[in-house]
Amino acid sequence: MSTTTTTHHDDHAHGDHGHPTGIMRWVTSTNHKDIGTMYLWFSLFMFMFAGALAMGIRAELFQPGLQLIKPEIFNQLTTMHGLIMIFGAIMPAFVGFANWQVPLMIGAPDMAFPRLNNMSFWLMIPAAILLLSSFFVPGGAAAGGWTMYPPLSIQGGLSTDMSILALHILGVSSIVGSINIITTIFNMRAPGMTMMKMPMFVWTWLITAYLLIAAMPVLAGALTMLITDRHFGTHFFNAAGGGDPVLFQHVFWFFGHPEVYIMILPAFGILSTIIPAFSRKPLFGYASMVYATAAIAVLSFVVWAHHMFTTGMPVAGQLFFMYSTMLISVPTGVKVFNWVATMWKGSLTFETPMLFSIAVVFLFTIGGFSGLVLAILPVDIQLQDTYYVVAHFHYVLFSGAAMAIMGGVYYWLPKWTGHMYDEKLGKVHFWITTIAFNVTFFPMHFTGLAGMPRRIPDYSQQFAEFNMISSYGAFALGLSQILFIYIVVKCIKGGEKAGAKPWDGAEGLEWTVPSPAPFHTFETPPVVK
Amino acid sequence: MSENTKNYYVPAPSFWPFIASTALFLMAGGFAMMLNKIATGKPLMIAGALIFAYLLFGWFSEVIRESVGGLLNKQVDKSFRWGMGWFIYSEVMFFAAFFGALFYIRNVSLPWLGDAELLWPGFAGTWPSAGPAIKEAFTPMAAWGLPAINTLLLLTSGVTLTWAHWGLMKNKRNQLIIGLVLTIALGVIFLFLQAMEYHEAEFTIKTGVYGATFFLLTGFHGLHVTMGAIMLTIILLRVLKGHFDSHNHFAFEAVAWYWHFVDVVWLFLFIFIYWL
Repeated sequence: MSTTTTTHHDDHAHGDHGHPTGIMRWVTSTNHKDIGTMYLWFSLFMFMFAGALAMGIRAELFQPGLQLIKPEIFNQLTTMHGLIMIFGAIMPAFVGFANWQVPLMIGAPDMAFPRLNNMSFWLMIPAAILLLSSFFVPGGAAAGGWTMYPPLSIQGGLSTDMSILALHILGVSSIVGSINIITTIFNMRAPGMTMMKMPMFVWTWLITAYLLIAAMPVLAGALTMLITDRHFGTHFFNAAGGGDPVLFQHVFWFFGHPEVYIMILPAFGILSTIIPAFSRKPLFGYASMVYATAAIAVLSFVVWAHHMFTTGMPVAGQLFFMYSTMLISVPTGVKVFNWVATMWKGSLTFETPMLFSIAVVFLFTIGGFSGLVLAILPVDIQLQDTYYVVAHFHYVLFSGAAMAIMGGVYYWLPKWTGHMYDEKLGKVHFWITTIAFNVTFFPMHFTGLAGMPRRIPDYSQQFAEFNMISSYGAFALGLSQILFIYIVVKCIKGGEKAGAKPWDGAEGLEWTVPSPAPFHTFETPPVVK
Repeated sequence: MSENTKNYYVPAPSFWPFIASTALFLMAGGFAMMLNKIATGKPLMIAGALIFAYLLFGWFSEVIRESVGGLLNKQVDKSFRWGMGWFIYSEVMFFAAFFGALFYIRNVSLPWLGDAELLWPGFAGTWPSAGPAIKEAFTPMAAWGLPAINTLLLLTSGVTLTWAHWGLMKNKRNQLIIGLVLTIALGVIFLFLQAMEYHEAEFTIKTGVYGATFFLLTGFHGLHVTMGAIMLTIILLRVLKGHFDSHNHFAFEAVAWYWHFVDVVWLFLFIFIYWL
């Protein structure tokens, strides 16, 4: 990867002059670091909110029978937990990382379009208001599942429209943000930083942004057809008028499957940054990582119907989507082997970011394997809509995406704040999170295989023990994230001063600027050899 | 910030993004309320749209001032090119969703409904169709009337725009202005004919999948022609103010790209909605 040859930086003189202070600093910002910070805080807030919804779900499922929550509220909780975690927590967190790190990693003075960058962030706010306030409108929040399948979603009330329009706004935000990131990466690299010298995190975001630009407009199309079916008398999803509810599923999952990789590729980028740093070895198989990422992106567009094996499709279609889905495990396997090979014979140390990364490699792989199980057509027909699916996607989304985000936060906190985080507390947070996560979700493999359906507030007696274990795990998992907030706030407030490069094995341009990173960096681009 | 055009232009703090967010919030919230027959919805939505129009005017004016003021260097120009290209790509994918729906309906859902003897016996399931349960007869739009004329109009407008671009590159100001005026005029005539066609249509958006796909696809296309015509008008005004020269006119090119993209979408519409 890249090495710098510049000896000086132009950041000292520019400090903090000439930009508004107080709230206006954030409202009018054109600074990629401030905007990245806003994204990360927003994401943390939404993560806690949607997590609280999950606590409600697990409280209800603590025992069989209906205890705390009415079934229609339960449906609202599952729907909004999914929507907010995906669009409010995971995606904005990655955009926050992209904002902070991409310009620093490629030696750019800022993002290519700083004002549009701020617009991308501020569009999150109306969407969040629409989503969160929909709990308080007549009929409650959207309750048809985060996938919003018709005909159920045709029947919802005001809150369904609010969710649809919130997603429209988030789509605009994502598309504008992605155009910004792609343009930044193509056009703003420091002299000498060729494409194949870019840090892996930048590569993964380049490909993620491409996926977003291709997939989000398709979601917008699906949502538009949903709105016209709901209010303007069209029959896209109504067989009486020649349409088909399954059409929505096709269009939705054509967006939805790339979306899955949108939520994991930047996590792969974070792992590919952290693991070499704490193995004190360069990333094994850099070029193959790039090609594997691109291969995953291409394949992500031809696997969508594996979400619909039970909804009706010719057998030839089912077989095609089964094999194409299995094919994705090849480039994903390349990545996993490369991470392991990077650690092989390295001088490993196990600081919190590394612990999170190793856990992600291990746990994400479990999620990948259960994904392979689900890809097998006859098995999927058995497991569709059971807790096995819930276990699978939480292993890839929580112990994949969310834990990679946490690892990334610990890794770059010294650069962002100028302080070291509390290593001891970080490790405590890691172990509670990892153990509680597995206690929560591993039993779901068993209940799912035994046939417990998802999205139902009650269940048969035989699932009682496993569900109680899951709920205990979930409460621990939820509580332990308060510790995460405490560690982050403590690190911002103070702590051991961090040097420009607090991790001795870290590579890349971001470690050549002081910690905390000055307000403006690389106004004159560094030269990369 | 940097007055030196050697450096990449990083704009000063700006209110526009926040105003954009406010406008979209009012529009989306108002629209949701309006759809559910809440009286305050409509005024909120109109307020949002007005703020949005003000925003577009203000934000673009600022970028134009920066451009005319010489703050934007070659690298910024390149950013604009990348940005516009990817924006058009996102638009392509938006239309792809609707074309995908059209193909699915024509080739999958209608034949399947035709085969389902138990549900709707006797339903043929051939395109064009309003589906098995909508009984009123309708006449689908014929390709070789107004739509063919419209195709000709849009194709010609692509030629006149390129001719205007040649004028700009060779510093022939009259050719540039006449070309732009012709292009805008052709676009406006297209929209007028499209409105006439809607008016004379013997079906509505509620006429099953035929009406739904027809009005959504041609409707979104018409919206894009409208936006393109407005953008071309602004370019024309800027030309009259003398903003462009033969080397420095990316705004013109961006709008031209957009206009050609809208043309190509129309060709697909003509083939798959009207003709085949």
